[in-house]
Amino acid sequence: MSTTLMASPSPLNQAPSSERVMSNPPPLKTARSGPMADRIFGWLAKAAALFTLGMLIAILISLTVGAWPAIDKYGLGFLASTTWDPVKEEFGGLVMIYGTLMTSIIALLIAVPVSFGIAVFLTELSPAWLKRPLGTAIELLAAIPSIVYGMWGLLVFSPLLSTYVQQPLQALFSGVPVLGAFVSGPPVGIGILSAGIILAIMIIPFIAAVMRDVFEVTPTLLKESAYGLGATTWEVVSTVVLPYTKAGVVGGIMLGLGRAIGETMAVTFVIGNFNQLDSLSLFQAANSITSALANEFAEAGAGLHQAALMYLGLVLFFITFVVLSLSKILLSQLKKSEGTKT
Amino acid sequence: MSTAELLLQAHALEQSRLARYAQRKRVNQIALALSLLAMAFGLFWLFWILIETVTLGVGGLSLDTLTQMTPPPNDAGGLANAIYGSFLMVLLATFVGTPIGVMAGIYLAEFDTHSWLASVTRFVNDILLSAPSIVIGLFVYAVVVTRFKSFSGYAGIMALALIVIPVVIRTTENMLQLVPSGLREAAYALGAPKWKVIISITLKAARSGVVTGVLLAVARIAGETAPLLFTALSNQFWTSSLGEPMASLPVTIFKFAMSPYENWQKLAWAGVFIITMAVLGLNILARVMTRSKN
Repeated sequence: MSTTLMASPSPLNQAPSSERVMSNPPPLKTARSGPMADRIFGWLAKAAALFTLGMLIAILISLTVGAWPAIDKYGLGFLASTTWDPVKEEFGGLVMIYGTLMTSIIALLIAVPVSFGIAVFLTELSPAWLKRPLGTAIELLAAIPSIVYGMWGLLVFSPLLSTYVQQPLQALFSGVPVLGAFVSGPPVGIGILSAGIILAIMIIPFIAAVMRDVFEVTPTLLKESAYGLGATTWEVVSTVVLPYTKAGVVGGIMLGLGRAIGETMAVTFVIGNFNQLDSLSLFQAANSITSALANEFAEAGAGLHQAALMYLGLVLFFITFVVLSLSKILLSQLKKSEGTKT
Repeated sequence: MSTAELLLQAHALEQSRLARYAQRKRVNQIALALSLLAMAFGLFWLFWILIETVTLGVGGLSLDTLTQMTPPPNDAGGLANAIYGSFLMVLLATFVGTPIGVMAGIYLAEFDTHSWLASVTRFVNDILLSAPSIVIGLFVYAVVVTRFKSFSGYAGIMALALIVIPVVIRTTENMLQLVPSGLREAAYALGAPKWKVIISITLKAARSGVVTGVLLAVARIAGETAPLLFTALSNQFWTSSLGEPMASLPVTIFKFAMSPYENWQKLAWAGVFIITMAVLGLNILARVMTRSKN
């Protein structure tokens, strides 16, 4: 695309062709520092934008190149194998992929209803003077560095989870067929469940912020009409606001999912880093893609181990890329319809 | 007979209406109570984490924390080299990333706003904004660390700068779009060239917003651990040489918190306290700046 300088005051062309001289007023003697500086500035700006695109491509290429020995050796079977043995140089990523997906699903199960509640509270229920401070407080949850979540999760939260949640649950469901399997394993407080809960706390602010913002674009007229017909606040939210902002709400959930999948430090602290997948237990220590990378990559020597970790990184990037793209597309759909319906 | 029956019927209808209304009101109340509960749930975690961080962090904090080097296990020491390393890398990464981010933001807001290149850039940028930061670490490892065969402060700076760029692009673009076009047109009417209009009119008008974006980016990278794990690695000693592995506060906290040594864990809590206060402080400062502008 050419750099069309939309409202440029002087023509870009320094040496106009003869017919243009006829139709245009004579050009200024010389624009003072105009076009040349403008063009350089335009190039710089464009180069910076291209840099961002280049970054994405460079990430994909470098990860693929780094992972190539593993891709070459295992192909897609890597994704279905549970062996992870750096000593025998046998690698498969299923344990980590399972850990990543399972923790993210638990996180979503908790975070989505809570975020919805927070968004409803902030848009429909809260007195005006409380909206801003409460909104900020929730947003600050997103600002806390993930290492803080991790350390708090390991040293403060997981012992409590073990004593007050896991042990009673185990006592309650020990004989029950399916639930019993979920709550089996050592109730030590680290594992898939605690990683999922901490991820949920971390993604609540992202989902809640998106939901609040899309709820606020619902035209007041629509809501007032529903109130005028005698609908209660809940009926307005569930039958007017929610259908109107469906795409945006799903987009927000996808954004939270993308965040949960890519979160590293908090998960690394509490998931237990245990490369085995032999039960459905949520209390079992496990591993995720990000925590395998964080723990093993710096120590892995160049070779197949490192390539396998790069392969995991590539899988991680691919999953988050797809999830975040979906989120972006859904959110932009809402923006488009916003223009037509209001 | 028919009148009585009709009356009865009307009464029954009225009753069922009232019952239905009461039911709807009850559902409404339950839903709103749950929403209040959700809000309380969110705030509960925020306050719990902050309170633990402050109480446990202040306990580990002393003058030594700021002046001594990171100690071996079971020995007295501080976090001075880690704090210095973090400070240096965050500062330099901000200096490297900000100009690129601002220029790209200018491109999106002032040049080809609606071209396909701008749309693609916006899309990719939003994805990079939420992309896992550990992947950025892998990328820098593959590009820089393997090439120069050593973990280094430079690699850490590069990884952090790559995280700064998307944040700055996003805020710069948004803030430039808020500048009324009348300002630009007035400048053009006076004969100013485009670069001058952008630098001394639009960018100036959006200054506080752009600075806010930079502050948010600093807050983001100050707490980042994952991209530093295999770029800057860590260092037990003081170093100002960017060619060597460099300690940083988050990586040191990670190492110390996972260890069984009590003095290391204490220092880790002190580090967590410092980093949380710095990051939240920057966030609140950034918010205050945008609010005063509004």
